Amino acid sequence: MRRQLEGSRAIAEAVARCRPQVVPAYPITPQTHIVEAIGAMVRNGSLAGCEFLTVESEFAAMSAAIGASAAGARAYTATASQGLLYMAEALFNASGLGLPIVLTVANRAVGAPINIWNDQSDSMSQRDCGWVQLYAADNQAAVDLHVVAFALAEELSVPVMVCVDGFVLTHAFEPLEVPEQDAVDAFLPPYAPRQVLDVDDPVAIGAMVGPEAFTEVRYLSHYQLSQALTAYPQLCDGWQRPLSMVDAYRVDGADTVVVTLGSVSGTVKEVADEFGNVGVVTLTMFRPFPYAEVRKALGAAKRVIVLERALAPGAGGIVSADVRAALSGTLAEVSTVVAGLGGRAVTRAALRRLVADAMSGWLGERLVFLDLRDDLVEQQIDRMRQRRASGPQALGLLRDAGIPGSRIG
Amino acid sequence: MSDEYVFQVRFHGRGGQGVVTSAELLSVAAFLDGREAQAFPSFGSERMGAPVMAFCRIADVPIRVREPVTQPDAVVVADATLLHHVQLFAGLGLEGYALINSARSWDELGLAEMARRHYLERLATIPASDIARRHTGRPLPNACLLGALAGLTHVVSIDALERAVRERFTGAVADGNVAAARAAYDYLGSAAHA
Repeated sequence: MRRQLEGSRAIAEAVARCRPQVVPAYPITPQTHIVEAIGAMVRNGSLAGCEFLTVESEFAAMSAAIGASAAGARAYTATASQGLLYMAEALFNASGLGLPIVLTVANRAVGAPINIWNDQSDSMSQRDCGWVQLYAADNQAAVDLHVVAFALAEELSVPVMVCVDGFVLTHAFEPLEVPEQDAVDAFLPPYAPRQVLDVDDPVAIGAMVGPEAFTEVRYLSHYQLSQALTAYPQLCDGWQRPLSMVDAYRVDGADTVVVTLGSVSGTVKEVADEFGNVGVVTLTMFRPFPYAEVRKALGAAKRVIVLERALAPGAGGIVSADVRAALSGTLAEVSTVVAGLGGRAVTRAALRRLVADAMSGWLGERLVFLDLRDDLVEQQIDRMRQRRASGPQALGLLRDAGIPGSRIG
Repeated sequence: MSDEYVFQVRFHGRGGQGVVTSAELLSVAAFLDGREAQAFPSFGSERMGAPVMAFCRIADVPIRVREPVTQPDAVVVADATLLHHVQLFAGLGLEGYALINSARSWDELGLAEMARRHYLERLATIPASDIARRHTGRPLPNACLLGALAGLTHVVSIDALERAVRERFTGAVADGNVAAARAAYDYLGSAAHA
């Protein structure tokens, strides 16, 4: 049944229908509505057989999920931003131990300076922690990806991170369908662990491994994670709605193609429709990176614009590095466009200018920051040149910009 | 999809006044009317009393764009004290609708010049906090403003709005808010109100 629902609420209902057995939770904006709703469902009995643990930190949340998963329980939690960073050590343990935990990241910028708004710096910073990373383009995808995430995680014994743009999706009301319990039960069998802590049959999970086998452990984690490239499409085939690893939109005959991930995809598609000869490739799966599918989707493009919601300072694009590798040997020009950091809206007006710049040949292989306020940047650089004691950057920029309370967009 | 096929509403108010809930309820009402709708907030630092905005788009085809509403077809202002702090009507076309929670007229609010340029029958003030207090005992103007918006624009039906309110609230709170919404709907349907 189609309903008009908040993204967080819909995700919570979808997770509940996956019958998690342990949900350790620690609050952080903008994921809080998700675990609040799950907590309420555990309390009122509508999510039976689930233990909801309020823990003291995100590190504890992931650690408790690791313990639960190792003991054979289906484990889930959610976080964002600094919370994900605080979890970082445990994220590597979850993947290193091969535990199929599902984690929602309600994508948000990482401080300092403190910023609660949406970008994808948090999950991108954990790109190499050994988890599958799936990015939702809208809330229907967010709902469906969670169900597939549990199936994929348990099929491969790898943890899966479902990345959902904070506020833009988590706090958006839109029409969607939460799958019925029967459909989820038919798709997702009870968790059958590859390894389990059992007092009657004791084993050690996470034994120390020295140089004699550590490379092999890591090779196998790469091998196992890469299995997602075949397992994910197979699982999606059995799901009630189409889900793609790489969504190719209007790419046939398009010289210019924008590559992106997450909720900005819809706005980019609107602009692509206006131009008519511009394609959009939206990555749902970022880890493992679907090199072959990306190369196929971008096959004939002359200009590829990678629209990134995060930045690798000192290097530039994160996603575009992988896109370039996928296109190596082709003549396509790949530019990196860093957009929508810390909640700055990615608007159709800015995207129109960007695509026009690409078509004119100006963009080439540049690294650009969409809608960068050059005036603010130049004033601060001047200040730093003129005075050694130039003061805190954030304050200087805010003062130059004026109070942004009345700005729209 | 061109913007001309989308009805876009921007809500302004202060944290705690139910501005975000207003946008959400409008989207639910539009959905119940059989239309496509999207609502989302523009969070600032989430403080009680700080200026907040929320947006709602309504259309007959799926809505993909997710940028904030900068060219609204309607602006709803829950708190008239924002008038001189925030550019409430930025991007509002001359044919746009505007609704302010106030017992005063547009002229009395210092908006005579704007009122002269716009279609007068699309501008309204309504003492929504007073009406809400009368029906619910609390001065939360959102349901009342939504009823007024429905009366002013007919972008959603008052019946769908009632269902949306009853999906969110129960008991006396629901009854009071529905009564306030219907009172505002009728108020906008009758007298001159700018």
